[in-house]
Amino acid sequence: MLLQHEPAPETIETKEVYKEMGLTDDEFLTVKEILGRRPNYTETGLFSVMWSEHCSYKHSKNVLKKFPTQGEQVVQGPGEGAGAVDIGDGQAAVFKMESHNHPSAVEPYEGAATGVGGILRDVFSMGARPVALLNSLRFGPLKTARDRYLFEEVVAGIAGYGNCVGVPTVGGEIQFDPCYEEKPLMNAMCVGLIDTKDLQKGLAAGTGNTVMYIGAGTGRDGIHGATFASEELSEESESKRPSVQVGDPFAEKRVLEACMEIVQEDALIGIQDMGAAGLTSSSAEMASKAGYGIEMNLDHVPQREKDMTAYEMMLSESQERMLIVVKQGEEKTFKDICAYWNLHAEIIGTVIEEPRLRLTHHGDVVADVPVDSLAEDGPVYSPEKQVPAYYETFQSQPTWNPEGEVTEDWLTSLLQQPTLASKEWVYDQYDYMVQTNTVVAPGADAVVLRLKGYDKGIALTTDGNSRYIYMDPETGGKIAVAEAARNIVVSGGVPLGITDCLNYGSPEKPEIFWQLDTSITGMSEAAAVLNTPVVGGNVSLYNETAAGAVYPTPVIGMVGKVEKLAHITPSAFTAAGDRIYVLGETQAEFEGSELQQMQMGAVSGRPPALDLEKEANRQHQLTAAIQAGMVASAHDVSEGGLAAALAESVMTTEGLGADVSLDMHAELLFSETQSRFIVSVKAEDAETFESIVPEAVNAGIVTADEQLYINTTDKALSWRVQQLREVWKGAIPCMVKSKG
Amino acid sequence: MKAAVIVFPGSNCDMDMQHALQLAGMEVEFVRHTETSVAGFDLIALPGGFSYGDYLRSGAIARFAPVMESVKEQADKGTLVLGVCNGFQVLTEAGMLPGALKRNDGLKFICRPVALTVENEQTPFTSAYEQGETAVIPVAHGDGCYFADDETIAALKANRQIVFTYQSELNGSKEAIAGITNERGNVLGMMPHPERAVEALLGSSDGAPLFDAMIKHWREAHAPAT
Amino acid sequence: MKTVHVYVTLKEGVLNPEGSAIERSLHALGYEEVQKVQTGKWVSLQVEDGPELAQRVERMCEQLLANPVIEDYEIQLSDEVTT
Repeated sequence: MLLQHEPAPETIETKEVYKEMGLTDDEFLTVKEILGRRPNYTETGLFSVMWSEHCSYKHSKNVLKKFPTQGEQVVQGPGEGAGAVDIGDGQAAVFKMESHNHPSAVEPYEGAATGVGGILRDVFSMGARPVALLNSLRFGPLKTARDRYLFEEVVAGIAGYGNCVGVPTVGGEIQFDPCYEEKPLMNAMCVGLIDTKDLQKGLAAGTGNTVMYIGAGTGRDGIHGATFASEELSEESESKRPSVQVGDPFAEKRVLEACMEIVQEDALIGIQDMGAAGLTSSSAEMASKAGYGIEMNLDHVPQREKDMTAYEMMLSESQERMLIVVKQGEEKTFKDICAYWNLHAEIIGTVIEEPRLRLTHHGDVVADVPVDSLAEDGPVYSPEKQVPAYYETFQSQPTWNPEGEVTEDWLTSLLQQPTLASKEWVYDQYDYMVQTNTVVAPGADAVVLRLKGYDKGIALTTDGNSRYIYMDPETGGKIAVAEAARNIVVSGGVPLGITDCLNYGSPEKPEIFWQLDTSITGMSEAAAVLNTPVVGGNVSLYNETAAGAVYPTPVIGMVGKVEKLAHITPSAFTAAGDRIYVLGETQAEFEGSELQQMQMGAVSGRPPALDLEKEANRQHQLTAAIQAGMVASAHDVSEGGLAAALAESVMTTEGLGADVSLDMHAELLFSETQSRFIVSVKAEDAETFESIVPEAVNAGIVTADEQLYINTTDKALSWRVQQLREVWKGAIPCMVKSKG
Repeated sequence: MKAAVIVFPGSNCDMDMQHALQLAGMEVEFVRHTETSVAGFDLIALPGGFSYGDYLRSGAIARFAPVMESVKEQADKGTLVLGVCNGFQVLTEAGMLPGALKRNDGLKFICRPVALTVENEQTPFTSAYEQGETAVIPVAHGDGCYFADDETIAALKANRQIVFTYQSELNGSKEAIAGITNERGNVLGMMPHPERAVEALLGSSDGAPLFDAMIKHWREAHAPAT
Repeated sequence: MKTVHVYVTLKEGVLNPEGSAIERSLHALGYEEVQKVQTGKWVSLQVEDGPELAQRVERMCEQLLANPVIEDYEIQLSDEVTT
């Protein structure tokens, strides 16, 4: 009787209702074959969300296999809520990055907030206490009111959620480009710590064991969020607002604390977040991974709204909920924990021998499907790929060189480009200090947290220059990984592993799939050479509107280990009198640079080259010098070239300047040649440093006069540091305030 | 010296407070909001966070927590009470400190180290600072704009209850107030987080004297009667 | 059952930066006729009717719903009950 408002199985087929839910004709036929009958409405819903790109990776599964996932440091590879790497002393860093792009595009505050909530649960459902949040954001260049609204609200949503839960938002990166207008990217990363022996898995094992629902109630919010994330954005997307979930960080905090107690209980068999596709994915995946089935009575699901159907309950993406499986007879322990934290804790099902997901509601069986067919046996596609015309043009066009005479203005203008400008306006809104472990605060190349009670820390970063990847996905992919590793190394860490978030347009377009496939080839190669296996991640496709797709934007989240606190190295200069070294030669590589974007309004040509052997070698040398205590500060040279890197080295410390002489033409200051570093060294350590890093060239000295002098073979340039600082820090507040 | 750290379900600086108190040499126990007694401690600390989600007003619901009756009783007996950030908001909502904390003038959450002036070094919390000393201590709040009517402000000044002020405009607080005590001087509420500034490794140890002062106060009160 | 609406606003004289921000934005959108924007909270309650309903709601406001140091409140009682 409940199904009276829902189309009957026959109607679903004849009226092609399944298409509205995102299933193709072929996929629907497969479902019919699996079941040996037509699926009912609820079952069609289960298949449509589990077989969506977001849950099944059907277009990307084959190419994701290229990533190296092994390594002696790997404790948990892809497949669970989050990956984990060993950080010594029997501890692991558990981490994962995930996208929340589509929700953030239509309701930026809640979209970003629930993105943070989801990634936190992925980590604490592994049993790890979250110690850090990072993010990687992409917006249009803040020229329209809509861009500024999206930017302000996404930042506010991240702050609103993370600050309340009490996990510091310690870092991240933001880039701006016209390709992200109306299509912002919001990728959130969470890092947790755990004693490796306590690591939990999402398993529903042991016939007769109890399936419990804990956390907040289920409402109709977010229904079909997973399929929503697997479609292109359109004008209609805004009217799909009800599809966006609303977050309650106070509930999350209670779920977090309750889970920290729950995972200590021996009677716990498995635990998993109800993330995308909610109750469906958590139950199907937990059963499938364990080789069992689950029978659930939906009458017992805590419901926030009246008269919810089975379909709605199974597909709801209400936030702050977890599914746990506990030993039969031990349910009270878990109910008691949840009672203190004022959370629902209901027995909703049982683990069964037969590997099926069987749902009852009001006494009727409303779904009965094989769990593997949902969780494992979804369709896998190998889309067509084609080299895009723009790439052929870029490869063959004449080399671009900067236009006009180099002046001081080049640098001051560059520092006001939103991608290079100080992000203080952003991280000022994030509580980056709670938990009192933040040694290197946001604004540096990587953030460093100490581990209380140990003489060690972890270094964290997110990175990904999508312009380079757009221009040449393979080289750009390598650069993304190499730069993330550089950030970890200059901060005093040793890179350990990667979580990635792969943001692309529609994989059903051959040119886009080529970008995805080719960039993964590049990232995989770099990850292998730099010994940073990929232990987890997320794919977000269909980031496009009628105006086109975003640049291919894989974001690398990297975790490194800082073996001793003494190794922590700031990125800015620290003391007058220190010697300044440049490590790495500079080529005339301006294509894809911030300068090209600024002068031409777009990038074209070939991105800088990358030699992975050279990269690895330099990173190892620099690590050796840092660990020997010979480095006062280290900063990698990235967007904006040497000029921007030198400015960044003097702007963040009050009272310092630099006097540098370089054997190159002034315009080369803006080249973005890879694998370069700026290092400052105490005078008494110079000799030892040079013996460890023989390639480094002494280029000048840190001064106390708040002036930046750069002498080149054709120009003597100078800036007042105070003026640079003002334009650099003032740029984003100024853009946000502007009207029109 | 024994300290209690009150834990509301949304407290999130409870462990940071514990860490700082222990570094200063105190014994620390967590006391959950559902407890009805917090007797037997030399210091009661109300940590930062979002107590009950802070949905109505920061600290508004926490004030009715079972444990708060006992906190008031102990304060009346002279026990030291330190409320930091959300703890300060709870103390004003509970009427244990005058005034109220409203949304920051700039409407945004602010997290950064700020320079404070120690306005009154003659309290059990500040006796290890110099009068007028600058202390750099981080803030992290969205509702930190201190408000009280003119009469109350005049009384605060007359009794030297204003203990910390911001050196530059931060959140719109009247008289740049960052922290105040009650009339008796044994209850301190402050928006900045001294527990985040007790180790040079993390950027500042300017909050450490606050903890040292409380220990000094306790020692003096418990000096052997010889 | 009665439906009770409580409107909580900042007291006269207490700065309302949110109201000012909305006013500025409306001006920027061309609504220059807008003069004074006030914001606040609206709390809706379904309450069982009783002899002291008004006084009890007033106490709710004093105790919890409003902070008398910075806020005023206004109470509206009505018979409509939404389901």
